Amino acid sequence: MATVVELPIETYVGPVEPDWCPGCGDFGVLKAVKMAAGRAGVHPKDLVVVSGIGCSSNLPGFIHAYGVHSLHGRAVAVASGIKLANTDLKVVITGGDGDGYGIGIGHFIHAMRRNLDLTYVVMNNQIYGLTTGQASPTTMKDMRTKSTPRGNAELPINPIALALVSGATYVARGFSGDPDHMAGLIAGGILHRGFALIDVFSPCVTYNKLNTYPWFKQRVYKLDKEPGYNSSDVMRALEKSFEWGDRIPIGLFYQDEQPTYEDSEPALRQGPLVRQKLGLEEDVFRSLLEELM
Amino acid sequence: MTEVTVGIGGAAGDGLDKTGDTLARTAARLGLHVYAYNSYQSVIRGGHIWLRVRIGQDKVQCHGDHLNALIALNQDAIERHAPEVEPGGVILFNTDKLRVNTALQDHVATLPLPVAELTAPFGRIQPIMQNTVALGALLFLLELEFDVAASVLADTFAHKGKAVIDQNVGLLRAGYDYARDRFVPLGLRWEFSRKRRPFITGNEAFSIGAVAAGCKFYSAYPMTPASSILHWMAAHADRCGIVVKQCEDELAVVNMAIGAGFAGVRAMCGTSGGGFALMTEAIGQAGMIEAPVVIILVQRGGPSTGIPTKTEQADLNQALGASQGDYPRIIIAPTHTADCFHSAVEAFNLAEKYQLPVILISDLLLSEHPETVDPELLPHRVPVDRGDLVTEWDPANGTYKRFAFTPSGVSPRALPGTPNTLYVAATDEHDEEGILISDVFTNPAVRRKIAEKRMKKMALALKDLPAPELEGPLDAEVTLIGWGSSRGVIREAVAQLAARGVRANHLQIKYILPFHADEVRNILSGARRTICIEGNATGQFARHLRAETGIGVDHLILKYDGEPFEPRQITEQVLAILEGRPRTLDVTLPEAREIAYHYIRTHLSEDVRPGRIEKMPGDGIPEPVWCIQIVDRDTGDPRGELFVGVQTGSTYSWQPAGLQARSAHS
Repeated sequence: MATVVELPIETYVGPVEPDWCPGCGDFGVLKAVKMAAGRAGVHPKDLVVVSGIGCSSNLPGFIHAYGVHSLHGRAVAVASGIKLANTDLKVVITGGDGDGYGIGIGHFIHAMRRNLDLTYVVMNNQIYGLTTGQASPTTMKDMRTKSTPRGNAELPINPIALALVSGATYVARGFSGDPDHMAGLIAGGILHRGFALIDVFSPCVTYNKLNTYPWFKQRVYKLDKEPGYNSSDVMRALEKSFEWGDRIPIGLFYQDEQPTYEDSEPALRQGPLVRQKLGLEEDVFRSLLEELM
Repeated sequence: MTEVTVGIGGAAGDGLDKTGDTLARTAARLGLHVYAYNSYQSVIRGGHIWLRVRIGQDKVQCHGDHLNALIALNQDAIERHAPEVEPGGVILFNTDKLRVNTALQDHVATLPLPVAELTAPFGRIQPIMQNTVALGALLFLLELEFDVAASVLADTFAHKGKAVIDQNVGLLRAGYDYARDRFVPLGLRWEFSRKRRPFITGNEAFSIGAVAAGCKFYSAYPMTPASSILHWMAAHADRCGIVVKQCEDELAVVNMAIGAGFAGVRAMCGTSGGGFALMTEAIGQAGMIEAPVVIILVQRGGPSTGIPTKTEQADLNQALGASQGDYPRIIIAPTHTADCFHSAVEAFNLAEKYQLPVILISDLLLSEHPETVDPELLPHRVPVDRGDLVTEWDPANGTYKRFAFTPSGVSPRALPGTPNTLYVAATDEHDEEGILISDVFTNPAVRRKIAEKRMKKMALALKDLPAPELEGPLDAEVTLIGWGSSRGVIREAVAQLAARGVRANHLQIKYILPFHADEVRNILSGARRTICIEGNATGQFARHLRAETGIGVDHLILKYDGEPFEPRQITEQVLAILEGRPRTLDVTLPEAREIAYHYIRTHLSEDVRPGRIEKMPGDGIPEPVWCIQIVDRDTGDPRGELFVGVQTGSTYSWQPAGLQARSAHS
C-alpha cells in the first residue's frame, strides 16, 4: 500500500455550517468523517460524499468534497454508479437509519454482497428526526413515538448482524460520543478494499429520549479492549453483534480481504471508465455488424 | 415489387425462431430485404407462436398483410393460418403428424413432407431439426440458393463442430431435393445483389449505437421486452469496454446510471413500463442535479403486468408525467430500426450537452423485430458532443458555480476529481453553487431563477432537433399522424390508399419533448382531415398534440390488442372514416374464433377446434351472438356450440352436442 500522507481536518471545512439541532450526534460524525478523510489522506477533489435524505443526509453540504445529496434511500445505488464510473475516487456514503435500513435496505444488502469498494457511515439515531419523530427500522421494541403511541410492535433491524451475513468485508460500529475512536473506524473503512459499514450511534437529542448520550455511555465498550477478540472471526463477530443490553460493543467487529466487485470487471482493467476513450475501434465496430449478417 | 411473406407457426419450444432466422439470413445474404415479426408468448414451452418473415427485392418496412408460404409445425398452425395463405401460395407440413383439415383459398398448394422417411438416414435427430427439412423444401420453392442457406447453418453451428453442421446441411438438402423432385417453384423473380446487410433488431441498434457513441455503463433489471439490450451489452461488454450491471431492482438501475453519469461516463439503462414506473423519482433527480443519463423505455402491453410479450404504445403519458415537479427532459421516439442506432447516439449528445435525462421510448415491435438495414445507415464514426465541460479552474476567477445562472440555462459542468471545482449536487433545491435553499434557508427569488434556468434548456434543445416533415401531397384528402415505431406501416397504408384512389399524406413524430409546436401547427393547419394512429386505447399522443399545439385531431385509429398494426387494418379504417361508416367495437369473426380457441384451451380438450361460425340473434341473451361450432379435430364431427356476445365478447354458454337446446339452425 502506498504511504498515506495525512491531511489536517481543516482541509475539509465545508461552505456552510450544519443546521442540525444543538447537541445532535451528527456533529460528532461530521467531525469524525473529516478526521478520517484526513487520516486516510484523501484529497477533497478525490472524495465524493453521497447521501440520501434525512437530517444526517445533509452532511455532504457541510464538508469540502464533491457530493451528491440524492434521493431518500438511493445513496448506495448512486454511490455504486459513481465508483464504477471512476474507481480513482474515494466514495463515502453518509445517511441515516431510515434512509439505509428502511427505504434503502435493498441497495444496502446488495452492495454488501457485491463487495464494492464503498464506505458507508450510517448515523443511526433509531428515529425519524427530519419528519419529527416517527419510529424507524432501528427503533427499539415497545418504544413510544409519534407513529407508535402504543409502543413499537416491531423488532429493530440488527445492522451489524445483517452486514456480517450479507458479505460486507468491513463491519464496525462507532459512537458520536467518541469521534476520535469513530474516525479511526471510518479511516479504516476508507482504506479497506471492499464494502465497509460503520454503523454509528448518533443520538437524536430532540426526538429520541430513550437512546441518549448517557444511555449509550453507560453501555458501550470497545471491542479492541476486549481480551482475545479477533476481528477476523466472523462467527465470533456475529455473536457479538447480538449483544444488546447492559453492555453494547463498539469498534471493529469484522474485517476480511476479498476481491472487490471492481476487481471482477474486465472493463476496469484499463483504468477508470471515465478516462477511457469514447467509441470503438473500427474493426471492433465492424465485427459487431458482421455478427448480424 | 417482388416479395414473399413466409409464416411459421407452432408451439414455443418448436424452435421456429431458429428456422425463421436461417431463412431470413439466407435471404439477407443474397441481398434481399427482410422484415420479421414474432408473435411470441411469455412461456418457455407451449403456447402459439406465429413468426412472419417478409422478404422483398426492395426495402420492406413492416411485416405486411400477406401470407404466401406457411410452415406449420403443429395442427394449430394449420387450422389458424392455412386459410390465410393466398392464391399461388403453399403450405408445408409434416405429413407423419399433421394434415390439412381446413378450407384453403384457391390455387394454394400443399406440400406434405414425409419427415420420418426423409430424416431416417440421419439416425436419431432432435425434433427441432425436422424444421430444417421443411426449410430446405421452402428454399427450393422460393428459389433461394441452397449453398447460401448451408453457409448460414455452418455459421450458426460453428461452435458445435463439423458433425452437427453436416447433419443440419444434410437435412436441409433432404428437404430441398424432395421439393425439387415433386414441385415447381412459386416463380419469384429475384435479382440477388448479394449486398451484405445486418439483420438487426431495434434493441441491437440501440446497443450498437450506444457503444459507438461511447456508452461505458449500462444497468438493467430483467424485463421483457428490454432484456435483449442487457443480453447484448453483457455479451459484448469485454469487447466494447463497458461495465454492465444487472441490479437488484429498477431503483438501483437508474440511480446507478445517474451516479455514473454524474461521475462523467456516458451511462444508459433500459426497462419496460413497470420498471420505468419504479425509476420515475430518480429521473426527476437527474433533472434536478443536472446529471446526464439515457433511459430506454421499451413499451409492452399494460397496464400493470399486462401482456408482457405483446406490443403497445401506451406509456407515453407515463414518460411525460414521470416524477414530481417541473424539470427538463427530452423524450425521443425512434421511428425505425436504423433510427434506434442514431437516436441512441443523439440521446447521449443531448443528455451531456443539456445535462438532463433523455428518454428513448420504443416498443416491443420496434425493439424486438429484426430487419435488414443498409450498413451505410450504421456508421462507425458518429458525432460526439460532450457539452460544456470544465477541466481546469483557476481559483483566481472566483468560486466555481456548478449551477451558474447563464443566459442559455446550461452551466459548465465539472466532474469529480477536478481540482478547485468542488460542489454538491443536491436533489433539494439549491443556489448557483449548489448550496441548499430548501429547509432552514429558503429563498423565493433564488428558487425562481434556478427553476427558470433549468427549464430554459428545453427551448435551446428544441433548436437542435430537426423538425418533422410532412410526407406526401400537400393537398391530400386526409393526413395520417403517427409517432414512434409506426412509420413503416403507415407509409405502406398511404401507398395502399393511393392504390384505392385516396390521396393521403403522413406526419410521423419522433421528438415528443421538447415538441416542435410551431412547425407541427403549421403543417396541420393546412390539413383537410386528420387521423391519429396509435397503439393504445386512449389516444395518448393525440392528447399531447392537442396540449402542445391546440390542435385536436378529427379521428383516432387505435389498436390495443397486443398485435402491431398491419397496413390493411389502417387502410380499411381510414376508408371507413372517409366514407362516414361508424366505427364498431363489435367482436369480428376472426376474433370470435380466437375467443373460441381460448375457451377450448381453458375448458375443453385439445382434440377439438372451432368450426363454422355464424352471427345470430341472442335468444334470451341481451345481444346478438356468435355461434361457434366446435368440431372434432380429426373427424370434423360437431362436438358442441359456443355462444359469444357480439358486443361484449362475453362467452355466454357452451352447449355440448346432443344436449343442444339451441343451434344455428333452430
